[in-house]
Amino acid sequence: MLSLPIYLDNNATTPLDPRVLEAMMPYMTNLFGNAASRNHAFGWQAEEAVDYAREQIASLINCSPKEIIFTSGATESDNLALKGVYEMYASKGNHIITVTTEHKAVLDPAKHIEKMGGQVTYLQVNDKGLIDLKELEAAITDKTILISVMYANNEIGVIQPIREISAIAKKHGVLFFTDATQAVGKIPVDVEADGIDLMAFSAHKMYGPKGVGALYVRRKNPRVKVTAQMDGGGHERGMRSGTLNVPGIVGLGKAAEVAKQDMESDNARISAMRDRLERELTTIEESYINGSTEHRLPHVSNISFKYVEGEGLMMGVKDLAVSSGSACTSASLEPSYVLKALGLSDDLAHSSLRFGLSRFTKEEEIDYAINHVKEAVSKLRELSPLWEMFKEGIDLNSIEWAEH
Amino acid sequence: MAYSDKVIDHYTNPRNVGTLDKAKTNVGTGLVGAPECGDVMRLQIEVDENQVITDAKFKTFGCGSAIASSSLATEWLKGKTVDEALAIDNMAIVEELALPPVKIHCSVLAEDAIKTAINDYRVKNGLPELEMAKSHH
Repeated sequence: MLSLPIYLDNNATTPLDPRVLEAMMPYMTNLFGNAASRNHAFGWQAEEAVDYAREQIASLINCSPKEIIFTSGATESDNLALKGVYEMYASKGNHIITVTTEHKAVLDPAKHIEKMGGQVTYLQVNDKGLIDLKELEAAITDKTILISVMYANNEIGVIQPIREISAIAKKHGVLFFTDATQAVGKIPVDVEADGIDLMAFSAHKMYGPKGVGALYVRRKNPRVKVTAQMDGGGHERGMRSGTLNVPGIVGLGKAAEVAKQDMESDNARISAMRDRLERELTTIEESYINGSTEHRLPHVSNISFKYVEGEGLMMGVKDLAVSSGSACTSASLEPSYVLKALGLSDDLAHSSLRFGLSRFTKEEEIDYAINHVKEAVSKLRELSPLWEMFKEGIDLNSIEWAEH
Repeated sequence: MAYSDKVIDHYTNPRNVGTLDKAKTNVGTGLVGAPECGDVMRLQIEVDENQVITDAKFKTFGCGSAIASSSLATEWLKGKTVDEALAIDNMAIVEELALPPVKIHCSVLAEDAIKTAINDYRVKNGLPELEMAKSHH
């Protein structure tokens, strides 16, 4: 039995895996101790649970458990990495390099750094959403202290050439941070093989709970330090004060364990469904897949349906929870800056939907989604003056549009 | 954002979708908005010898509120004289559809489409062009 609406917005957040909830439950009830309480069994049990979670996470990303700093989520991890590195390494230089398609949780701290007197280079991406490694290398100066490039993009799922980027960073003695929020738990991420110095990720993108995440901070070759952004009890090796969210951390640990165990089989199934969804939806005339299809997360698809506006389309597919590249709901009416960065025209950027599948997505949900989207696009095109003009062979660029 | 029932109704069952022959002298066409802004509205009126709007059609590329605003506009236009139609104010559309503040833009677009269509009709029939207030959006 199909239950509506169907959730296909797993880049925004994923449902909690029942196995994760089960692991968390005791720590939300009778095992409620503070992991920092060193004098009694309640504290020891909590600390033990946190240590175990560190091991589970370390095993997923191939690091030492000591290199995991728990935070409230990827946004905090991003802030701690950027601002923390900037403050810690200020004597070495004030220049960082990042990319225009990063999440706001990276771009906004980068702007903050600029306000504090730092220099930031924002690399462009090509039409596939990938950075140019030569441009990256050319941007490095003797003042560069950090390169921040996201592992996989949240809107289009495109995976950057992480190993090549880290090799360039290493060659120039620059630290490499990656916001891997969309990648960790979804594809194999190995901080050793990938040459990552700092990495942000979050539990709720990998079937864990909301409100907990981590920052990986390398301890050897090189030993990396970040200046704490919150002062207090000096938890997490002094880099992030605050009482540990024990049940959340247990959940993140369990989510990591499940991800490691199920990733391969999950991805085989999810990517087959995604590819079928995409194959079917691109049979719709004038529909285009956004971003590289070669270097991409297995569960993400971003498609533009030309001559149909994204928010209007979302309303037409009311039984699907998806997201739109159009930002018509905001006062600015600006389309997605990520899609714009790929060189998409404004009208195409206004016309896109993002589909994010998950471990829990069912075949029949994909069948339903395919039909639902096809019907809605067809219905809205009947309403669209642009579609009519296109069908009549009128060049839309030849029209002098009234500026609004 | 939660839309009002009226927006959903107009979106789901849009009234008067279609195209009138823009070559006819008693048809006025108003095309406003721009693809890169995310909405384009085309509103057309057919006027009889008594200056009464006998038919109105629309096609809109845009969000649910834009579609609903133009659908409602066509309903309001039919049966009105051209002069009465000129008096349709965007805030009346906002009220009728209970549009949220970020969607007022859609009602402004509908008002502009009405006025542009009337102007097109007037010009075709040798009447002086109306002074169009420069819209502020």
